[in-house]
Amino acid sequence: MSNKIDANLVRHIGKLSRIELTDAEVDALGCQMADILEYFDKLQELDTQNVEPMAHAVELSNVLADDVQRDSLTAEQALANAPAREGDFFKVPKVLGEGA
Amino acid sequence: MNPIIEKSVTELAAAIADGQISAVEATQAYLDAIEAREPEIAAYNETCGDLAMQQAQAVDAKRQAGQTLGPLAGVPVAVKDNLCTEFGHTTCSSAYLKNFKAPYTATVVAKLQQAGAVILGKTNLDEFAMGSSTENSGFAPTKNPWDTSRVPGGSSGGSAAAVAGRLCAGSLGSDTGGSIRQPAGLCGVVGVKPTYGRVSRYGLVAFGSSLDQIGPLATNVTDAALLTSVIAGHDERDSTSLPNPVGDYLADIDTPIDGLRIGLPREFYTEALGGETREAIAAAIETYKATGAEIVDVSLPHSRIDIDAAGNISSFAVACYYIVCTAECSSNLARFDGVHYGHRTAEKVDDIIELFSRSRDESLGDEVKRRIMLGTYTLSSGYYDAYYNKALKVRRLIADDFTAAFEKCDVLLCPTTPTTAFKFGEKTDNPLEMYLSDIYTISLNLAGLPGISIPAGLSKDNLPIGMQLIGPVLSEKTLFRAGRMFELASGISRLAPPMLKA
Repeated sequence: MSNKIDANLVRHIGKLSRIELTDAEVDALGCQMADILEYFDKLQELDTQNVEPMAHAVELSNVLADDVQRDSLTAEQALANAPAREGDFFKVPKVLGEGA
Repeated sequence: MNPIIEKSVTELAAAIADGQISAVEATQAYLDAIEAREPEIAAYNETCGDLAMQQAQAVDAKRQAGQTLGPLAGVPVAVKDNLCTEFGHTTCSSAYLKNFKAPYTATVVAKLQQAGAVILGKTNLDEFAMGSSTENSGFAPTKNPWDTSRVPGGSSGGSAAAVAGRLCAGSLGSDTGGSIRQPAGLCGVVGVKPTYGRVSRYGLVAFGSSLDQIGPLATNVTDAALLTSVIAGHDERDSTSLPNPVGDYLADIDTPIDGLRIGLPREFYTEALGGETREAIAAAIETYKATGAEIVDVSLPHSRIDIDAAGNISSFAVACYYIVCTAECSSNLARFDGVHYGHRTAEKVDDIIELFSRSRDESLGDEVKRRIMLGTYTLSSGYYDAYYNKALKVRRLIADDFTAAFEKCDVLLCPTTPTTAFKFGEKTDNPLEMYLSDIYTISLNLAGLPGISIPAGLSKDNLPIGMQLIGPVLSEKTLFRAGRMFELASGISRLAPPMLKA
């Protein structure tokens, strides 16, 4: 198929997805996503005007747990896989910009 | 082959309970099998022999002390590597989680352990369960024990190949669109996708939360029923788990169902269904007829499979499924951010967005990125109604078709997959073609229904052909009995690939 999504749009979706794509990935995804989206368009053949959307197959509602204190992970367990930590915190680069 | 390996889960559990075989002997037999055949099959991401031996010794000690044993006491099993375990690693076959050690254990794994099962290790999958061949594994693909130049199917390909190659007695997989049943079909084993909510997903790394369900793989229907009965049930830690009591799946399993009505969805028996698979399913229908089952024509119009003049196959269900699952995937996989656990880029980054974006790009595979991107796109403002909301409406139409069909029959029968196992590389360049290997399995997940894939026979090339039985919500007991009826009538059960006879 010859359709292709514009590279800027692919990069924009990458940004929303928090994936920094390489140029080669942008190129390949532009074609593949266009093919798949065209395939998705098949659903437009169906009239769904009076159909209720179905988000879940088996509908359970108002599933509540008792409001009681229970054991949970310790800070040490929660931090055990952290790529970087400082004390009891996950360590990340600066979140707010200059002058913040 | 060691005679221990020739026993089913049910037989082995009985032999261990009787003291004919010790749990240590059973575990050693499987560890030897792994040593002999794992290099050829590559079903496991990680084996934990020492821990397995300790579990086996504990079972033997319990037996000697006269304590009551669980229903799986001493039976060596394997679990898919997207189930969290405090032992070993939980990688989802992703470079992102290569070194991840889960701080807690999934409910299903804890239930296996409570039942006395010995866990041999964690099996390979398509990264984050996204794929149909294990070729999307971030590590290496698993081989089909029937022909190692072919894929085992996926995403639970490691769990299916481990059972087919007798590298464990039974295993657990997860099924979002066919990921238990499709590899079971291609590897000649039984695979069960229970009703949505029947089995707790606490500790399953989420992919498509409205679709995912955990289920067993085994060499025969009775074993699959036993494993399902161990893992099923309500769990307050999974708010989608159903409160309904679990029936006794084994009680009447050998008793044929009188007056069983089997529906054949006519949309699944078109020219899209080729050659030997069609013949094998036709033979299975004859086998059922001979048992007195009534064959009923039914229709699932929105699960229809279309072929255009150029031979391109399309399906509403496939389109609907890939919109729903990619949307859910894009949301679920947002947690892999390089902050709390998993891969973090070694590059110097200026801000946290760059940290997220680089860490994800470096460690997620192509198919995973593709699905996150598609989901992000279809959920983005301006496209939400055209894609996601439209798909949810079509999902309702697909589910309603099943409800109507089950007014005329007890179960539906169709193939599990359109073809037998394909060769490595055959579909990797074309994601859409790969998606079509799930054409008979995905509608069930959309509708939340249970399904079971059972070996229907072998092709001329000696490759397994799977058939699928589908039932209404919470009809697992009927599916097991109907499946067992076929085994008893056809004699097809516990298929063994040629490599086991060598």
